[in-house]
Amino acid sequence: MQRVGVFVCWCGSNIAGTVDVQAVAEALKSEPGVVFSTDYQYMCSQAGQDMIKTAVKEHNLTGIVVCSCSPRMHEATFRKTAAAAGLNPYMVEIANIREQCSWVHKDMATGTEKAIILGKAAVAKVNLNAPLTPGESPVTKRALVIGGGIAGIQTALDIADAGFEVDIVEKNPTIGGKMAQLDKTFPTLDCAACILTPKMVDVAQNEKIRIFSYSEVTDVKGFVGNFDVTIKKNARYVKEEICTGCGACLEKCPMKKIPNEFNLGMDNRTAIYIPFAQAVPKVATIDPTACTMLKKGKCGICSKVCTAGAIDYTQKDEYIEEKYGAIVVATGFNPISMDKFDEFAYSQSKDVITSLEFERLTNAAGPSAGKLLRPSDGKHPHTIVFVQCVGSRCEACAEKGKEYCSKICCMYTAKHAMLTRDKYPDTEVYVFYIDVRTPGKNFDEFYRRAVEEFGVKYIKGMVGKVTPEGDKLKVQASDLIANKQLHIDADLVVLAAAIEPDKSARPLATMLTASMDTNDFFTEAHPKLRPVESPTAGVFLSGACQGPKDIPETVSQAGAAASKVIGLLAKDKLTGNPCVASSDELMCNGCSSCANVCPYGAITYAEKEFRMPDRTTKVRRVAEVNPAVCQGCGACTVACPSGAMDLKGFANLQIMAEVDAICK
Amino acid sequence: MQKITGDILIEKASALLSSGTVSCVLGWKKGEFGYDVTPAVFSSVEELERDFVYNDFCGANFSKYLVSKTRKLEGKILVFLKPCDTYSFNQLLSEHRFDREKVYAIGIPCEGMVDISKVKATVGEGISSIDTDGDNLLVSTLYDEEPVAVDFKSVLAERCINCKSKKHVAYDELLGEEGDVIENSRFDEVARIEALTPDERFAFWQNELSRCIRCNACRDACPACTCEKCVFDNPASGVENKSPANSFEEKLFHIIRAYHVAGRCTDCGECSRVCPQNIPLHLLNRKFIKDMNEFYGEYQAGEEVGMRAPLVSYTTEDLEPGEALTRRDTDA
Repeated sequence: MQRVGVFVCWCGSNIAGTVDVQAVAEALKSEPGVVFSTDYQYMCSQAGQDMIKTAVKEHNLTGIVVCSCSPRMHEATFRKTAAAAGLNPYMVEIANIREQCSWVHKDMATGTEKAIILGKAAVAKVNLNAPLTPGESPVTKRALVIGGGIAGIQTALDIADAGFEVDIVEKNPTIGGKMAQLDKTFPTLDCAACILTPKMVDVAQNEKIRIFSYSEVTDVKGFVGNFDVTIKKNARYVKEEICTGCGACLEKCPMKKIPNEFNLGMDNRTAIYIPFAQAVPKVATIDPTACTMLKKGKCGICSKVCTAGAIDYTQKDEYIEEKYGAIVVATGFNPISMDKFDEFAYSQSKDVITSLEFERLTNAAGPSAGKLLRPSDGKHPHTIVFVQCVGSRCEACAEKGKEYCSKICCMYTAKHAMLTRDKYPDTEVYVFYIDVRTPGKNFDEFYRRAVEEFGVKYIKGMVGKVTPEGDKLKVQASDLIANKQLHIDADLVVLAAAIEPDKSARPLATMLTASMDTNDFFTEAHPKLRPVESPTAGVFLSGACQGPKDIPETVSQAGAAASKVIGLLAKDKLTGNPCVASSDELMCNGCSSCANVCPYGAITYAEKEFRMPDRTTKVRRVAEVNPAVCQGCGACTVACPSGAMDLKGFANLQIMAEVDAICK
Repeated sequence: MQKITGDILIEKASALLSSGTVSCVLGWKKGEFGYDVTPAVFSSVEELERDFVYNDFCGANFSKYLVSKTRKLEGKILVFLKPCDTYSFNQLLSEHRFDREKVYAIGIPCEGMVDISKVKATVGEGISSIDTDGDNLLVSTLYDEEPVAVDFKSVLAERCINCKSKKHVAYDELLGEEGDVIENSRFDEVARIEALTPDERFAFWQNELSRCIRCNACRDACPACTCEKCVFDNPASGVENKSPANSFEEKLFHIIRAYHVAGRCTDCGECSRVCPQNIPLHLLNRKFIKDMNEFYGEYQAGEEVGMRAPLVSYTTEDLEPGEALTRRDTDA
């Protein structure tokens, strides 16, 4: 029989406000095995921990139950306390009477009753606890960064700077991401290319960094420190190591009418293409959906003009398997589709564009060489209307847009409006907004300048309808402050489309067993205290995959994610989790059910000899668990038909004892 | 009415025994009456000729016996498998429960097996012998002067009326045709019970399971129940040796068993065949099979060796847990 000590925490008024902690301590005194029970204001404080240590010595405790906050918060703390008092740290059980009790109940009587029940369950469990010793596992000192935008680039550079190898997997033919498509960046108006492309070159030249462009992650196995990742290198039909990026093939390719993704379809590219002049790697890629050689076996011009002999029409997708210690997700964002926003006539008029298209129109390397011209007729627009929150903060129209604020639109719209007025003083620029949100260093000053120095007309209110009429766009809007309807004849309408996580994020989250919120943004381990870590150990978050972010915020988060990765890779060994599965070979059928469900490949089979009741020896197939690989998820224990597989620290009997204690 | 006679099987088995290809034969042994056929191991031609039968009462599925017999007996074992037995055979191979090399499997045709309780319900007690005549059984009783003719189809076992397949999915040698998977309406009864209100459904199962005497026959005959140590025999499991002492425990046993065989049950129907209380236990398993088919796509356990059952494999197309609930709510 264990000698159990119960320690009930008030958590200030967090618990004591809704739970009668003294009554809980008193009620648990009579539970089987309990020899000591008390309560205290802050159990996790030094004084509280000392109280536990003293009680262990005075009452010869063999097991500890702490009724406090979630084990995610302080289980590690109290395990250390137990170890300091000479107990095995796994003889501690936490009853969560805060998150699962006091915070969800209003009534003292109900809260107290439930806290007692939760305490009883923990006592019942600790009575069956056994001391456990964790093993160790090695750390593969290499990181994987998924996504090669500014977030992925910065994370990779910082990790490489600390001396660790990093691989970047980018699904596009070049790294650079959304930032490479931007013109100027707020609030300082540096040219995006001028600050991004040197970083892209740094990545390419860094000996520690490998770039897998035009590639995607197809499978992830393993666990923190020991991930096994399969990377699919899509066939680009060009030998990457030979191509010099000279561009001769692009000039000669006869298929010249393919919409150019980099310019958002506002101009055309060839079937063999390099997305933009500063691409990294600067290597051509053949679009298999457009190339006549690949589709019909006729043409082959690029192969003839390539002096390096880099073209290879027979190239196949290649699968690379690599080991990593840590994985950083940097899959970024996309503007949402404007298909469902017919009121703004996006599909009816070429002169209704999104803000990202506006970036390309004003970019010197864009389809109009940086001159602001209407896409429909190439004329200079005089009246320009910017519409904010298109699909953002869309509570009433959740099926059309997003409920959240996309965060970056206020600032880039101010930038667009200001730059337009600066370069073309003959224009009239209107911005329709719900609120202008500018919380950031020098952000509000920037917005004020757009209004006060550059004369941008900010109107609080939403645009109701845009109707193309002749070569004008009739904009019907409301001015909420003047309380009147406005009718503006605009030449160009720019929609600040909401942003959403990239579509590749959800299948990736499944592969990584990383959690996501309802909007498909990755969730962090703790929103305040662990913002760049995923709840899945060894998986880190960088940039807009975690939530809408501007460049300064993305870069700082990218650096933070890198520092967490460096902290992990700097270790030679990781202390494992002793709560792993083990199989009772006398009961094991060798049926493979457990191995089939094991996500970590921790289970193997061996032929073992068994003495039979009639004194003969028989050979049977039985399961064996590799404790260094097992992550204690418990999938095998429920798949096992005979109950041979059990989880240390969460044994079937322990869980049944908890249920029994609750149902008693 | 079986198309193949016991004599042909005896001849086949005798030849294989004499040539030393196999060391023993798993087959059906005649009992006191024509209908109480029992499984047996035959190790000589004499035994075969004296006791071996194959008739309308040879329902027993031998797949399960291979687990213990291949461990105990030396040499190869000859086993006769009816089409539905071959699915259990494959399922056990998928689970590595016996060594395929130690078995010589002969696939035999099956026209469906008779449920003796249906015969008794028709002609009454005191059956002394049963002969066949065309599509009829000729049943002699102690009380009737003349044998009573009973239509063979009217006394078929439930699992044979709803036979899912006459296809042999595993064999070394085949007597007769390979056969085909059959269109069937085996889920109709499940659908009927699903359509009941929760209270009616509870009453239905309460009524059926209240007859359980915990004889363990269903478990002992079930080809999916081959655990080295059954949870019901394991003191550490917390559910060991429970008698049907109250209405909860009688259900507990059958519900746990249905969960344990879910995804592995081939729907061979042995559980209901051996139940002395005539509880339609196969309905529990069929409910699982029906749900799995609807949730994850058609799946037949034992169709091939090494198949991944939907419950122990994961794909991104899998139903989200909440969707099952939504389906239930919209149905109700």
